[in-house]
Amino acid sequence: MPLLNLLFRQRLPKTQKRNPDRGILVFENTSEVIRAENILKTEGWEIRVMGPPPEIQHGCDLVIEFPLIEELNILRSLQEAEISPLEAVPASSPLLQPVDILQITDYGPYLMVRAANMKLTVEKETLTIVNISGGGCPDVPYLAKEMVGKTLKDTPRPREIGHTLCGYALDLACEDMGRRCSL
Amino acid sequence: MLAVVGTTPDQDFPLVAGKVTLHGDRIHIQGNDVSVNRGTHALLAAAIKTAEALGHSGTFGYLVGDIGLGDGSRLLYEYLTKHIREYDFHTIVFHYMQPDVDWHNRVLFAVEEMNRRPVLIADAGFMYAAKMSGQALAYDLFTPDVGELAFLADENAPHPFYTRGFILHEENSVPDLISRAYRHENASRFLLVKGRKDYLADQEGIRATVDNPAEKAMEAIGGTGDTLTGIVAALINAGGEIDESAVIAAKVNRLAGHYARPSPATQVTEIIHHIPRALADLLRGKKCIQN
Repeated sequence: MPLLNLLFRQRLPKTQKRNPDRGILVFENTSEVIRAENILKTEGWEIRVMGPPPEIQHGCDLVIEFPLIEELNILRSLQEAEISPLEAVPASSPLLQPVDILQITDYGPYLMVRAANMKLTVEKETLTIVNISGGGCPDVPYLAKEMVGKTLKDTPRPREIGHTLCGYALDLACEDMGRRCSL
Repeated sequence: MLAVVGTTPDQDFPLVAGKVTLHGDRIHIQGNDVSVNRGTHALLAAAIKTAEALGHSGTFGYLVGDIGLGDGSRLLYEYLTKHIREYDFHTIVFHYMQPDVDWHNRVLFAVEEMNRRPVLIADAGFMYAAKMSGQALAYDLFTPDVGELAFLADENAPHPFYTRGFILHEENSVPDLISRAYRHENASRFLLVKGRKDYLADQEGIRATVDNPAEKAMEAIGGTGDTLTGIVAALINAGGEIDESAVIAAKVNRLAGHYARPSPATQVTEIIHHIPRALADLLRGKKCIQN
């Protein structure tokens, strides 16, 4: 049974800190942030997806925090992948930390993982996604349409087809569910 | 008339504005036809079911295709700034839209110029933008779940994804979160908080709670918050007071869920079918809604 020992688990939130040696990459939209994150992490760069400083917040934003000293190399990596950030600037104020608290509800035959405002529920025996709830960005109904009814192994990942912070949160829930189901 | 503003998860769906009808599990608008499953479609279906049960008709929809890229939402925002004044809506619900503060503000300015100011309800992405813009008090009702309430209570968070941990840890203390949201002026005139226990609150505090019937599986079912928002919007549009309508809607949504005998795998359409029966059971002998 892959879902034994499903205990409530919380990861403590990290504190907000100002890092003078860090910069931020600002992109046109969240989809580009997710693409850039995938590329930079694959290449081993020490980066984090964070919330933008207040002066550039529009509503559904992510930025990538990166080591300033590596700016040229990182921009080159992105250029090769044909991704162009709108700007790369020093992190002048503390960045918002994405939620990293996960909450688990065990319904017996079903398990629900919640990340921020997004909830993903699977049937334990078949690992089929039976429901996606929560969220408010327009890709939530789209992600539900594409994912509900598929198994955790077969479903497209929100980080591949989602475009917003809600999609990003759903991906965290999906990733955690996969870990719990030993995928 | 009730207007519902939102998106449909199909990139090719055109921007449409017009009367919405419900046939079985399909929504029809301006020659287009979409399934009632979740999101704004579920809200519309619940609103239409409720309105029909009350003897009302004529729900108006503004819909556009958007799968999260925000392009459809921006088209609709722009359309609303130009055309929303053409109708005399009693109630407007703003729902799944890409949160965008600048466009939100332009739409709100346009609404403020309407001949009669409608009752304004916001949920989902539009509620996020309303809070982030600092204009929450311009709305009559927000319908957050408990996670979204924590976001409203966090004066620094621009999206639920950034709600600070120490506030999220207070989720068991909904009254404290409500109080904090009002203290920072990030709540609407009334709040209807959906969860294991539903709360109706205003600036003065908790006005009512509804926790029966309790179906734990409802939290997992996508669209049950959307149906609640649709029901309350239809009740208000039918002439109900906001506070009274909110309490009735919470009871109807719970009862409809109960009648569906839900599991975490239940789909919201199964619950929507039971709304007329739930409403009839609750309103029997109760003359609070004008037919």
